[in-house]
Amino acid sequence: MAHDHGAAGTETGHAKQHGARLDEATGTHTVGHEWDGIEELDTPLPRWWLILFYICIAFAVVYVILYPALPGLRGATPGVLGWTSRGALATEIKTADASHAAVRAAIAQTPVEDLIRNPTLQRAAIEGGRAAFKQNCVQCHGAGAAGGKGYPNLNDDDWLWGGDIGAIYQTLQHGIRYPGDDQTRTSLMPSFGRDGILTPAQVQDVVSHVRVISKQDPASASSQRGAVIFAQNCAVCHGANGEGGRTVGAPRLNDAIWLYGGDRAAITNTVTNAHAGVMPAWGQRLDPVTVKMLAAYVHSLGGGEATPTVPVAAR
Amino acid sequence: MNAPDPRLVARTDPDPVQLYARRVPVFPRKVDGPFRRFKWAVMALCLIVYWGTPWLRWNRGEWAPHQAVLIDLAHRRFYMFAIEIWPHEFYFVAGLLIMAGIGLFLVTSVVGRAWCGYACPQTVWTDLFQHVDRLIDGDRNAQLRMQKAPWTAGKLARRLLKWAIWLGISFMTGGAWIFYFADAPTLQRAFWTGTADPVAYATVGVLTLTTFVLGGFMREQVCVYMCPWPRIQSAMLDEKSLLVTYKHWRGEPRGSLKTAQRHLETGLAPVGDCIDCHQCAAVCPTGIDIREGAQIGCITCGLCIDACDSAMAQVGRPRGLIDYCTLEDATREAHGEADTPVLKTILRPRTLIYFAVWAGIGAGLLFMLGTRTRLTLSVAKDRNPEFVQLSGGAARDGFTVKVRNMEDRPRPVTLTTSGVPGALIYTDDMDEHGARGTLAMSVPADTTLRLRLYMLGPVGTKPGPVLFQLKAGDREQGHDQVRSTFSNAEGNGQ
Repeated sequence: MAHDHGAAGTETGHAKQHGARLDEATGTHTVGHEWDGIEELDTPLPRWWLILFYICIAFAVVYVILYPALPGLRGATPGVLGWTSRGALATEIKTADASHAAVRAAIAQTPVEDLIRNPTLQRAAIEGGRAAFKQNCVQCHGAGAAGGKGYPNLNDDDWLWGGDIGAIYQTLQHGIRYPGDDQTRTSLMPSFGRDGILTPAQVQDVVSHVRVISKQDPASASSQRGAVIFAQNCAVCHGANGEGGRTVGAPRLNDAIWLYGGDRAAITNTVTNAHAGVMPAWGQRLDPVTVKMLAAYVHSLGGGEATPTVPVAAR
Repeated sequence: MNAPDPRLVARTDPDPVQLYARRVPVFPRKVDGPFRRFKWAVMALCLIVYWGTPWLRWNRGEWAPHQAVLIDLAHRRFYMFAIEIWPHEFYFVAGLLIMAGIGLFLVTSVVGRAWCGYACPQTVWTDLFQHVDRLIDGDRNAQLRMQKAPWTAGKLARRLLKWAIWLGISFMTGGAWIFYFADAPTLQRAFWTGTADPVAYATVGVLTLTTFVLGGFMREQVCVYMCPWPRIQSAMLDEKSLLVTYKHWRGEPRGSLKTAQRHLETGLAPVGDCIDCHQCAAVCPTGIDIREGAQIGCITCGLCIDACDSAMAQVGRPRGLIDYCTLEDATREAHGEADTPVLKTILRPRTLIYFAVWAGIGAGLLFMLGTRTRLTLSVAKDRNPEFVQLSGGAARDGFTVKVRNMEDRPRPVTLTTSGVPGALIYTDDMDEHGARGTLAMSVPADTTLRLRLYMLGPVGTKPGPVLFQLKAGDREQGHDQVRSTFSNAEGNGQ
């Protein structure tokens, strides 16, 4: 690029390109380019714009020193303030936790049975439980706690292991058939068909009987044979009339709720192979206050039972 | 190439037009007359209403605040004498604003810029501040002298005094604003003891500052440069709108009394009625000369009419050289014809349509106000789960029910359902065994009661519509109903 230091630009001290000249109409130099007679004026930047520009540069320098800025192979320069977005989030969470500290402390000190007798604490616990439920429980029990096949519906009035808040808390804390907790609720239904305890015909008779006590089928010869087998093999856990047994988590059979399905095929499968659902011991994974909150939330879903006047032994 | 392009030079203005107009300070002279007195009256009315309204009391009983006009943003209620508006009824306020807008159109098409001239806050406060100017510095000429005088201790003292008074008025103006939003006596005590909400102090600060700047320094510039209304005026005004008009056919050629005398003696053509005394321009609060014709700076306050009338009276000529006059009448008068009758000017399609729209909206609002219900029900059905199968075979559906009692007293209500035979309802703080067909409850005053409601459908209930009905149990018999759905598994039961 040829620079002409001669004619046009000398009085301002700027090097001007060839062809640059003073435009008399505006009093400003041209840059020297010309396209079909159209020239470009070398108008200086407005002062306010330049000042802003310099301020921005100064700001950028200060910013680079204070905050993470320059990318490197092992991450960006840290900046002298030590600020990180993760750290900012941690601070926010800490602040939020601190604002809950008082109510959490109160919940921690309150026995779970008394939690639902204190409306303020109950409300706080239910809301906290709602949040914890979304994180930890919806994977099996569903967002509306309606459960699914093999996963109990927590909204209804049918409880395998008890529906008062103490029982719910116990289930949450220690889990069901959870290998890592020695206080876990545990029971095992034999695989009557698979292990040859009952013949396939006997299994069918038992199924007929269960269909009768759950008011799905009328009584038949098969069901009458099944009643005898039921009394010998099943009643010890499920009760003489199929009313279930909460101490061993034996489902009630004479109602309309079926964990694994109530049609013939589903019941046949259950009697033949048995089921043994597992729930983790949440006391090992969550802090005690969160477990209490979850208990209060599940208890509030519509099926929660009143605490029995006789203390539950296993608490 | 190096010679200047002649076309460029030709296009370049040797004395380019400045885009920035320097403000010429306006020092209106004191004037008296019917329009000035009317302006005083309107100003007094506006200020009394503005400052006095928050202090009016209105007994609403024990459940609601006792301030007659209160915009209770904190609790989302708007009280205006006997009317209480909830946020969902905000269309009343929207309707009032639309009425205010159309009312402005109506007034403008009948009497011109009456709003600008008399009632606009910018006009009222500028007028007040200009009166302070005259009180401290004297009338127009003294103020002009003071403006040009060097900054001596005396001038500084007067300026500080004047600004202090401006600031005092501004503070009272900004200060009064916050009393519309909280209980005025309580807020005032809190304000002076430093315990009011920071928002209150910030609001007073901002409004004090804007009043001080807009009323003290910007004045007519707000009308000429900032306000959109004068621009909209040009669309609103027509040949039948009242304007302050200099009747040039009567005034021109203007000339002093001496000139008139000379013309009379020398047999030259007689001069017009305008004696060119400049009183009309001297009294103008926006600093215009009305003799140049209608212009955006003219707020039609009529002070020049007062000034001209007293000048005409002094020289023994008839009043009304400057007067309110429609464009149509101006043309007729200039041709020596009689004015159009006033009624014919006012009653024209434009004004009638504006009035019809304005009155229609007003009547609609009044009708809605008279027929609105003060007890409402809303029902939101649970989506997840839609229904819960109970062990006995029955189904339970969950609903979130909101009962809104907008009266300032607690009300007994009953909630029933129909559409599902044998259905029973209970709330989440009740036992399932307490479920019944009708729930009775009391809704606290001025409150939305939120209930978790469960509905039990007996074995075999088919999914289908359900109607929730709310009835007030007191003498006023309010009621409301909402449709919803009862869900159940298809073919549930047997």
